[in-house]
Amino acid sequence: MDGFGSDFSSGAAGSGKMDPGTIMEQVKVQIAVANAQELLQRMTDKCFKKCVGKPGGSLDNSEQKCIAMCMDRYMDAWNTVSRAYNSRLQRERARI
Amino acid sequence: MDTQGVTADPQLQQFIEVESQKQRFQQLVHQMTDVCWEKCMDKPGPKLDSRTETCFINCVERFIDTSQFILNRLEQTQRGRGSLSETMSD
Repeated sequence: MDGFGSDFSSGAAGSGKMDPGTIMEQVKVQIAVANAQELLQRMTDKCFKKCVGKPGGSLDNSEQKCIAMCMDRYMDAWNTVSRAYNSRLQRERARI
Repeated sequence: MDTQGVTADPQLQQFIEVESQKQRFQQLVHQMTDVCWEKCMDKPGPKLDSRTETCFINCVERFIDTSQFILNRLEQTQRGRGSLSETMSD
């Protein structure tokens, strides 16, 4: 997340790099990257816990299959949570 | 050379507000998925069955209920007890 500061300080005013459009695009990309990293980090944590028992010399076939399924289920869960949260927010706003 | 240009620009200001709000949403989704996974997920199967899906949905609702409950009760406690509101206020 320290990429935010370093990228902007390298740009010089008037060089074209500091125009609002470019900044906004760069920020959006960095946000997307940060979100993907967070997702992967949590997914790895959860799936390691669910699928890997006592760590052996390598990931065996059953562990790999479990991890693959776990990844898909984590994405399903993430999407379900996202939808549910969005619905709740809309319901809350409708009340005001 | 306008060094204040970045924050004075209304277009950027709005952009920052919109993106900040989007990020707060994303962060909460990450957090709730994490917490609700612990509560709702047994062994990962070939698909998310309806019971598990319902659990996740309930989990999100109850999480937000909990958050609101805590805020409301904290507000009540602050109004009622003078000494507690002193320690709680910034």
